[in-house]
Amino acid sequence: MKSGDIFNMEVQQIHNDDAIDLMINMGPQHPSTHGVFRLVIWVDGEKIVKAEPHIGYLHRGSEKICESEYYNQVITLFDRMDYVSNLNNELAFSLAVEKMMSLDVPERAQYIRVILCELNRIASHMLFYGVYGLDAGATTPMLYGFRERERIQELFESVTGARLMHNYIRIGGLKQDVGPDFKSKVLKVTEDLKRGIEECDVLLSKNEMFLVRTKGIGIINAADAVNYGVSGPSLRASGIAYDVRVNDPYSIYDRFDFSIPVGSNGDCWDRYYVRIEEMKQSLRIIEQALRDMPDGEISTPIKGMVRPPKGEVFIRTESPRGDLSVFLVSDGSDKPYRVKVRAPSFANLQALEIMLRDTYLADAVLVLGSIDIIMGEVDR
Amino acid sequence: MGVIGKSMVEPNKVIKREREIPTVPVNLDVIGEKLISFLEKESFQIFDALISVEADMVTINIDKEKLVETAIYLKSTGELQFDYLSCITVVDYIASDNNYEIVYHLISLTHQFKMAIKCILTEENMTIPTLYDVWRSADWFERESHDLFGVFFQGHPNLSPLLLYEGFEGFPGRKSFPFHDYEEW
Amino acid sequence: MTLIEVLKYLSLAGGLFFLLTMVAAYLTLMERKVLARIQQRMGPTYVGFKGILQPLADAIKLITKEDLLPSWADRSIYWLAPIAVLVPAVLMWVTIPVTGELVLSNFDMGLLYITAISVLSVMGLVMAGWGSANKWAVMGGLRAAGQLVSYEIPFIMSILAIAMLAQSLNLREIVFQQNHFAFILKQPLAFFIFFTAGLAELGRIPFDIHHAESEVVGGPFVEYSGAHWAVFYLAEYMNTFTVAVLTTLLFLGGWIWPTMPFDGTLHNLLSLILFMFKTILVIYLIFWIRGTFPRLRIDQLMAFGWKILVPLSFINILITSSILFFADRNPAFSPISHWIMSLTSLMLLVFTVYLIKYRANANGDVDSVRLVSASEIRQNILKKNEVTH
Repeated sequence: MKSGDIFNMEVQQIHNDDAIDLMINMGPQHPSTHGVFRLVIWVDGEKIVKAEPHIGYLHRGSEKICESEYYNQVITLFDRMDYVSNLNNELAFSLAVEKMMSLDVPERAQYIRVILCELNRIASHMLFYGVYGLDAGATTPMLYGFRERERIQELFESVTGARLMHNYIRIGGLKQDVGPDFKSKVLKVTEDLKRGIEECDVLLSKNEMFLVRTKGIGIINAADAVNYGVSGPSLRASGIAYDVRVNDPYSIYDRFDFSIPVGSNGDCWDRYYVRIEEMKQSLRIIEQALRDMPDGEISTPIKGMVRPPKGEVFIRTESPRGDLSVFLVSDGSDKPYRVKVRAPSFANLQALEIMLRDTYLADAVLVLGSIDIIMGEVDR
Repeated sequence: MGVIGKSMVEPNKVIKREREIPTVPVNLDVIGEKLISFLEKESFQIFDALISVEADMVTINIDKEKLVETAIYLKSTGELQFDYLSCITVVDYIASDNNYEIVYHLISLTHQFKMAIKCILTEENMTIPTLYDVWRSADWFERESHDLFGVFFQGHPNLSPLLLYEGFEGFPGRKSFPFHDYEEW
Repeated sequence: MTLIEVLKYLSLAGGLFFLLTMVAAYLTLMERKVLARIQQRMGPTYVGFKGILQPLADAIKLITKEDLLPSWADRSIYWLAPIAVLVPAVLMWVTIPVTGELVLSNFDMGLLYITAISVLSVMGLVMAGWGSANKWAVMGGLRAAGQLVSYEIPFIMSILAIAMLAQSLNLREIVFQQNHFAFILKQPLAFFIFFTAGLAELGRIPFDIHHAESEVVGGPFVEYSGAHWAVFYLAEYMNTFTVAVLTTLLFLGGWIWPTMPFDGTLHNLLSLILFMFKTILVIYLIFWIRGTFPRLRIDQLMAFGWKILVPLSFINILITSSILFFADRNPAFSPISHWIMSLTSLMLLVFTVYLIKYRANANGDVDSVRLVSASEIRQNILKKNEVTH
């Protein structure tokens, strides 16, 4: 913080040896901790000395439950882990099982999967945008973001039957075919989203007060980010151009031409703006997928129960939060032997202690919001 | 599935055919083969690793004493550069093999390699050296494994409960935990 | 003082208090409607015709709510704090003129009286923070104290320039001096400083960090519920109305219409309507800012106050006084002196806005995010794996 700067004040910390730091508890119930998450902060005046996250309030033992459910039923559990981007979770598990069973998913199903997952990515980032604006103090981005999200959820309701817990991507394909007006509906939603994203961008991104509150706050450099296992937009904001869809392609992502936004400072503003740009790139993918979508079947038939062969598989996908990986061990029966979900928010949250170095108490909320965690997948 | 109906030779007797359980086919791509060629080099032989391929993932089985050295070698060698620890998993094979298997998945962001390291833990000796100093992302994964399976990581600065509350008895991740009969209150 | 006079003063005071309460209550409804429209919603429409009885519903709910307080909190300070905030808010209205004739008691030093009384409410916020026995409340109370005290200086200094221009501290006199040109045209910089400092005094977005929901969970007001909280809420909206009225009186010309053709009561009525119209415009601007901007952090807020507003207000006084001095000495200079004052003021204002925008972006360029195309990365990967094979 430069002392000659107009928007910053060098606050001199006079730390006496017998002074005790004040412990403040941003408890499990707090308007800004994005779910049940407890952050114990020791402050010296306004400056944060130490921050200790406590998680586990939403631990439901999902991985253990998966071991006693059939493969089809596990999809519903995955829905509920990252409850904002459900289709990406379902996709990860389905891909894992399909890889084990060497199933060929029909082209039409793959294209529809990609379209829905990218729409879900936009919906998730819109939620982030709305909540982040609210954390910074602006009440309007919330409503704008949720209006865009509403468009996507209406489309999902007409295609999958549910607004949030879809249970649509099944092993071998999809649950049911989309209606005849799918293409026109998605085109309309894309058109509206283009305008909506532009509006949201103009409202908040270049606002002076927002810039002052997020630029230079919560910096993590590239080497630290990789060491802590940070992935997704938070990693890209620190300057590393890595996206699982591009570097380690799964499904049919290698057929699409898009760009990935990469930041340079690793601060809150970069993490925020990388997500805004990602939304625009997702629109490109959706347009290309709509153009090339063929007709055909919607899933490969599986004879009897889903019984993958014995072995293990590790699948990496890119969820809106980062690198979502599923490690699946099967012993040949109709229930998984071990399912391990590597949730991106779990690893991203570890980097909070580095991001909160040299920040003020009022920044803790913004830094936490910029990592974009969902406690459902942190705790599983 | 395995019942084919009553036998013609002896009525009222059902013959169950032993179903042969297939295994996942191996399907290694170009990058994986490149990785194997690096791992089969002289400098890697000192770690006594058993290299195998599961589906499309190069897997090495090593002793837990050699874990930290192997990890440092994999992270620092220029050709391999595994700078990203993706996941730590503990799988309970007590019923079949009487051991636990701990699997580390590593990614190289620069070279696009992926591999898995496996170590064996027995019920009597559940300690293993920590990888906290090699990759910091191991911090919470190891705490979670300690919570759910009881694995003790030597050298980890803070193994307090992460997902479970303080005072929870038992290790819910293990197959021996009475999951469906467990009553919390 | 005879009994009649005492009764007369008591009834005037009661009437003033009642009127202010009504105005503050309906300001809450107006705020909710304006914010809702900015956010593409409707606002309260259920209670009464288009939501017009909503403040009544709110009042009933708040009064019948249970009043909880931890047992180790300081009860006497907890009870006194709302009063310490409400009383100055009402006291200020003793001397504010609504039209040429409608004023409770026109002081000669009206402006001085208002600024002196407005500082008293700071104490109420600190008392609220302390009496609540809650760490978040204490933090919020301290933040509030620092913010309110430091923004009093530009608040008062900008009014000083106006007082110099009008050569009087009497509010009615100041309004009559704006017969030809409203003071906003002559002192746009003072208007900006006064309006911003006024927003900070009120604790409104972008300066509401001390009682922000997502930061300190309500700050000094976190343990207040029911009727006590209603008093704080009321005081805040009364203060909003006061600041808007002051802006209208000092800068926008109050109730003056350049060529008002009528006389007598019709004149008074039209002046009143014009006055309310101007005030509502200013209030709308305050609510519009609330709906659009995020909030500043406490140290950024203080830096903005001390590093931008305070020096600017002093420069403004310097310029105003020197121009007035020369105009007084050289009568020939007098006609163009006001033009020079307004031009200088406008230039300083433009410079300030540019400075704020420039320094906000100077923390790092806004183009720090670049796009890397996927095909580039794929080609790199292919090349790397071809070379070794």
